[in-house]
Amino acid sequence: MTFLTQSVLSGDRLALARLLSQVENDTPAGRAALDALFAHTGQAHLIGVTGAPGTGKSSLVNQLALHFRRAGKRVAIVAVDPSSPFTGGAVLGDRVRMRDLAGDPGVFIRSMASRGSLGGLAAATAAATQVFDAAGFEVILIETVGAGQSEVDIARLAHTTLVIEAPGLGDDIQAIKAGILEIADLLVINKADHPGVEATERALKTMLELAHPVRKVFLHHGQKFELNGEAAPGTALWIPPVCRTVALSGQGLPELLEAIERHAAHLRSSGDWARRERARLEAEFDLLFQETLVARFLAQLPAGRLDSLLAALQERKLAPRAGVEQLLNGDGT
Amino acid sequence: MTERKIRVLVAKPGLDGHDRGAKVVARALRDAGMEVIYTGLRQTPEMIAEAALQEDVDVVGLSILSGAHMALAPRVLELLKGNGQENVRVFLGGIIPDEDLPRLKALGIAGVYGPGAPTEQIVAEIRAAVSGATE
Repeated sequence: MTFLTQSVLSGDRLALARLLSQVENDTPAGRAALDALFAHTGQAHLIGVTGAPGTGKSSLVNQLALHFRRAGKRVAIVAVDPSSPFTGGAVLGDRVRMRDLAGDPGVFIRSMASRGSLGGLAAATAAATQVFDAAGFEVILIETVGAGQSEVDIARLAHTTLVIEAPGLGDDIQAIKAGILEIADLLVINKADHPGVEATERALKTMLELAHPVRKVFLHHGQKFELNGEAAPGTALWIPPVCRTVALSGQGLPELLEAIERHAAHLRSSGDWARRERARLEAEFDLLFQETLVARFLAQLPAGRLDSLLAALQERKLAPRAGVEQLLNGDGT
Repeated sequence: MTERKIRVLVAKPGLDGHDRGAKVVARALRDAGMEVIYTGLRQTPEMIAEAALQEDVDVVGLSILSGAHMALAPRVLELLKGNGQENVRVFLGGIIPDEDLPRLKALGIAGVYGPGAPTEQIVAEIRAAVSGATE
């Protein structure tokens, strides 16, 4: 194990920051460190925070971190903002809303540019969470880029995904569309002091009822009633709760935190925690396997082979799929 | 391997509440392909040094219009050094009287820019300072 990795495990913050850069830049040192640290991962609770731009994700992350700190947990934050598709540059502005966390050695905030990834995260976001996990952070909050409808990578990475909505953003048709609302483990209506919060809550709850027809929960005189409520043993059902918050004042945060803890407990008791871990590792392995395989295959090709194949495609002498077959079979060299 | 990006922290220490200049520079650096971490108004030197550490930046850009630069800039340099980040280049923008320039240079400030400084010059000098530092 290298000095850098050792320093990260012993809590050196500068080493941690530098290792995160190595990992983000996918350097050989970063790759080696990830391998060495892997055995130390798997402890942290990964919480994703996603939603449209301006719904208050950063402010909510700030509040969540404050509350987790009060509970004595060490908190890491990975905040992703978009890179320019033209220049590759980025303005990462999530720290502006997180100034309450300055000066607390139990918090570590890292901003990441998406660097061309389109799923709401950067390619290295998962790796960065592994570094934080190994470094002993118990809660890792992952804030996605301002997401529209299909930036759903976060659901594969996080154990618990919060989808943040705000009043006035859409009606019940938006709520039944596929995509981001489907990945929510918790739905949060932030800015709940703004007008229109009832309509938003009604639309989201209607959507949830449609999504979970087996188990109907309705409110009657403020009391929760369940129809067909009892799920069979071993098939416990999680119905995403709808939480109202005001991130600027902290209103609704204790209830949100309680819901997050309940979700973590549900994941553990139902076996979903292990299932999600397995799915995530499988996806990570698949991706690495494919990348490595392609890189190795291309490296052993004779010089110019790929160019001549691409030329044949362009002249319509060869179809793309046939070209792949030819390349893999070693024909036509 | 990804091309190495220059990371810049743009911060406003002190109490003046005018951050248009800082935003113009942040935008110009973004358009030059750099990753700019923007931290907002009224940062203490301690907050700036801590953010610079967590973000592992190559450059810190301070915007100071209040006249307190001879107190704030040396303090930021000192804290960066204390954290083991003596290699981070610190640039200063704002209303800085000419007579302070020699002392700021002597302290280790890599560049000072007043109102109307062309952003192309800032970009070029940051690039030069960073490539010098990493070699």
